[in-house]
Order: sequence, then C-alpha cells, then structure tokens
Amino acid sequence: MSLLLALPVVLPLAAAVAGMLTLGRPRWQAPIGLAGSGALLAAAAALLAWTWREGIHVLEVGGWPAPFGIVLVADMLSAVMVTVTGAVGLAATVYSFRVVDDGRLRAGYYAFIQVLLMGVSGAFLAGDIFNLYVWFEVMLMASFVLLVIGGERPQFEAGMKYVALNLVGSVMFLSGIGLLYGATGTLNMADLAVRVAADSAEARYATVVAMLFLVAFGLKAAVFPLYSWLPASYHVAPAPVAALFAGLLTKVGVYALLRVFTLIFTQDAGYTRELLFWISAATMVSGVLGAAAQQDMKRILSFHIISQIGYMTMGLALATPLALGGALFYMVHNIIAKTNLFFIAGVVRRLRGSYELRELGGLARAHPWLAATFFVSAMSLAGVPPLSGFFAKFIMVRAAIETREYAAAGVMLGVGLLTLFSMVKIWTEAFLKPAPAGAVSEGVVGAPSWVPVLAFAALAIAMGVGAEWWWRPMAMAGEQLFDRQGYIDAVLGGAR
Amino acid sequence: MELLLAVTVGWLYACGLYLLLRRTLAQVVIGLALLTNGTNLLIFTAAGLVRGEPPLIGGGETALRAGTADPLPQAMILTAIVIGFAIQAFAMVLAYRVYRSVGSDDIDALTTTEPPPPPVKVQAEEADG
Repeated sequence: MSLLLALPVVLPLAAAVAGMLTLGRPRWQAPIGLAGSGALLAAAAALLAWTWREGIHVLEVGGWPAPFGIVLVADMLSAVMVTVTGAVGLAATVYSFRVVDDGRLRAGYYAFIQVLLMGVSGAFLAGDIFNLYVWFEVMLMASFVLLVIGGERPQFEAGMKYVALNLVGSVMFLSGIGLLYGATGTLNMADLAVRVAADSAEARYATVVAMLFLVAFGLKAAVFPLYSWLPASYHVAPAPVAALFAGLLTKVGVYALLRVFTLIFTQDAGYTRELLFWISAATMVSGVLGAAAQQDMKRILSFHIISQIGYMTMGLALATPLALGGALFYMVHNIIAKTNLFFIAGVVRRLRGSYELRELGGLARAHPWLAATFFVSAMSLAGVPPLSGFFAKFIMVRAAIETREYAAAGVMLGVGLLTLFSMVKIWTEAFLKPAPAGAVSEGVVGAPSWVPVLAFAALAIAMGVGAEWWWRPMAMAGEQLFDRQGYIDAVLGGAR
Repeated sequence: MELLLAVTVGWLYACGLYLLLRRTLAQVVIGLALLTNGTNLLIFTAAGLVRGEPPLIGGGETALRAGTADPLPQAMILTAIVIGFAIQAFAMVLAYRVYRSVGSDDIDALTTTEPPPPPVKVQAEEADG
C-alpha cells in the first residue's frame, strides 16, 4: 500500500519513456501524455485520501531505515500539492491537443511535460534534501527544453537567461547542502531538523546555510530582488507551457521554502521570519506595480505570479497554523486561477492573433463564454467574494491580524486592490472596448481548449462557494507544518 | 590540504561569478561550468578529507573502522557532476543557437524578450499621430 507514494513519480516516468520511444509516431504522443497525466491525477487523489484518513506516510525506498536510506514522505502539504500537480498536468495536456504543431510533437513535447510532472511530484514527496535537489534539476531540465522547443529567436534569448539564473540558484542550493552535510552528517530532513535544533553551538552556522537556501529557493520562487528572470522568460513559451510553468514551477520554490523553514531552520526563527516578512511585502508590492506598467496580456500575468508569491511567503513569515494552512490554500487557489488565466490568454491569442491590449477588444460581445471564464478567474485572483481568492486572502489577513502584524494585513489588502486594478485593465481593454479596426482575425478554438478553461473556472467558483470544505485539508496541513515533531516521529519512528 | 581546497573553491567561485557578469555568452557558459565544479569541490571539502582509508569492511569485521572515508559525499558529487554536465551541455548548445539566431555574442543584444520593448511599428504610428 505504501507503494502508492512512489506512483506519482513512477507513472509520469513510464509515460515519458513511452513517449520518447514513440517519437517517430506523432499520433501516439498525445494519448500517451493524456494517459500519464490522468494516471498521475488518479494516484495523487488516492494518496491525498489516504493521507487525510491516516496521517503522514513514509516509504523507505530500497528498504533502508529512515536516517540512512532515501525516504519519500507524504504529509497533507505534499499530498495536496501532488494532487494539484496532477490536475494542472492533465489540464495542460488536454489544452495542448490542437495547439502543438508537428515539429514540437517530434521533439517530444508531451514526453517532456511528463518529465516536468515527475520532477515536480518528486520534489513534493522527497524526504531528504539531496533528493529535493535532484528533483529540482529534473524539473528544471524539462522546463529548459519546453521553453525553447519550437526554436524561435525570443525563445532562445529567454531560455539563455532562464538557464543561467536557475543554474546559479542550483549552485547555491547545492553549496548549502554540502555545508549542511559537513556540519551535521545527515541529509534526511527529519534527521536534520533534530540535529540543527540540538546543536545549539552550530545554530549560527545553520543560519548561514539557511540564508543560502533562502536565496536559492527564493530565486526559484521568484521573490523580491531575485525575480527578474521570470518576466523576461515566461511569456515567450506557448500558452499551455506558460500555464504549466506559472502554475507549478514557482510554487515548487515556495513549497521548498515552506518545508525547510518550518521543519529544519527553526533555530533562529525571529531573524528568518523578520527577513521573510520584508521580502514578502516587497515581492507583493513590486510585482503588482510591475504588472500595472505592462500592456501585454501575458506580461501582466507574469508579473502577477511574482506578486502572488508574496502572499504565500507571508504565510511562512507569520508562522501560525492558520497562516501556514492559509499559505497552502492561497497556493492552491493561485495555481487554479493563474493557470486558467494563461489558458485564456492563449485562447485570446488564437482568436485575435495578439497579446497586446491595444490590438485587442470586443471579446465580451463576440465570445461571452470566454469573457465569463476570464472574469471568474481574474476576480478570483483579485479576491472578490464569493470566489476562491477572497477566502484565500481572508484567511491570510485574519492570520496577520491574529499575530498583530497589522502592516502585513494592510499590504495584503492594498495589493489586492492593485491586482483588481490591473485585472480590470485587461477586462476593459481586451473584452469591453470595441475591437480596433482591421485587427479582427478570427482563429478557430477547439473543444480541447475549452474543456480545461471551463473546468478550472468551475474549480475557482467551487473553491469559493465551498471554501469550508476545501479549507479542512489545508487546515490539517497547517497543523502538521506547525507541529514539526509529528513529521519527525513519522519519519524517524521507523514503524509505519 | 583542506586549506588548499578551500582556497581553490573560493577561487573557482570568484572566477565563475566574474565570468557570469561579463557581456559575452561564451564567458557566461564557462562561468557556469566553473561555479558547478567549485560546488562539487565544496561538498567534497566540507564533508572532511580522509587519505588512504577506503570505506570497506574487511574480512571478519562487522563495522567500518573509525576514520574511514565517508562515501556519501562522493555519491552526491557523482550525481551533481552528471546533472551539472547535462546542464552545461544544454547551455552550450543554447548559447550557440542564440549566437546563430541573434548574430552576436553580446548579452546586451538579447533584448527582444525584455519588458517594455515598444514595437517599432507602433512607435512610428505614435510619431505620426
């Protein structure tokens, strides 16, 4: 039964291998991708249900006990994130059906999506810090390929920046791992948590390593001073790839921050939380201001990714069970809303041939369904009740007020207003204003694109209307993150 | 020996960072290579150096002798070398393709994806109106 923990990694791997072996047969690629993503979602949902019923699960890979062997660990945070990964992977695969041309198919487009999903799931389930690094790299390599597949000049330029900056982040991460191993002699995260807390003489040293990790994960999560690669690269990718990146890649960085700073580096909590607090506030404000200055739909959305990351790391800075659960709720809500906005931007591009707001217009009259789904996703992102974003922001603001961080609450509310402003900008420019003369070139959008768009809009509504029901697993994850002893016991206790 | 390696690691990081900040693509790629190799040496050094004591359990013994080398950092470095090599190979090919499509090795020429690049056509229209 505990093999269920390995399935989210093994199933996409199998699909990726099958896809690679059949590269000469473009017709087989999409069904294989669909099978892989669907199987991943099913396995992840089963894992989530199992973790919900019975608590934290550990799989000792190769049969070696915890501090020595490699472990896969699923707590509620991991299980929820893997499930969302499956959902986003399935949606992006379905969305890609008619979008991907033959050249991309022959280059292994669907297979690399599967590799990406494998890396992301592996990172969420990894129980030791070196495997976290390895899964990060698997995910990054797949993302490098997906970003440049298709071979246009902007893609190469963006790819170069993306590769260089991510490699610097990986070097930092690996240096941190090396130093941490030199100091403690272990790589298992639960074991590290025990040793870093016990070695009070080494606490200062651990803080240095913590800062290396903060920079490394912050770079991947695109927090305040380290985000410049994101708006320079994401918008060149085709819509389904950009949606996949926007939904998942930065969130893996946030996940790693959540995991490492709730479990391992709690020895100097006052310092790290203060730092995270200011980073989060600066991330929120600078991201949303960057978005307000743009005129290209995909660029506005790229800057919003950054701004929203700030809310999630703010949950980590506040560090109460409510705030940590709220950060996860925010993350899930954001993945759903943001992925869908990128999907919709892709549909707009195919209908009108542009992402530029000044070349768009009149979409609300011509395509009411598209307008409705955009409106739902955009208002959800801005935090308008009764959509998912309202409850996500509500939980975060409440957590801030409970810890008497009124400045944080104020920043969150203010940034919410600015988000609303830039979403309204897209709404009025692209959907409401009359179409500019001579700009109308109606493309065809097939059902494979509509299904994920409608499904994710429905999810955004469901997550808002049924917030109470959705909050329960997130609250449980928050409690588990706050109670690090539970995680340590589950991993090191040995007994399943 | 530790001191020598520590200085080497620092030197590799310094050279790598210096090359990363240069304007030539080829230098950036070489800088990345130096950084990854410096990191591998850092792991090796941080875990402690042992000379002439391989981690083998001899006949009749049940545990490792004290002071034997730790095999784990070497396994980690092996993994990191594989990953680093793959990414460097990818980065080299990518740099070559960038050079072919842009026609320049200068990083300042990579401007088509930067945030606000006003299209030339639109600028001309604005100048007219």
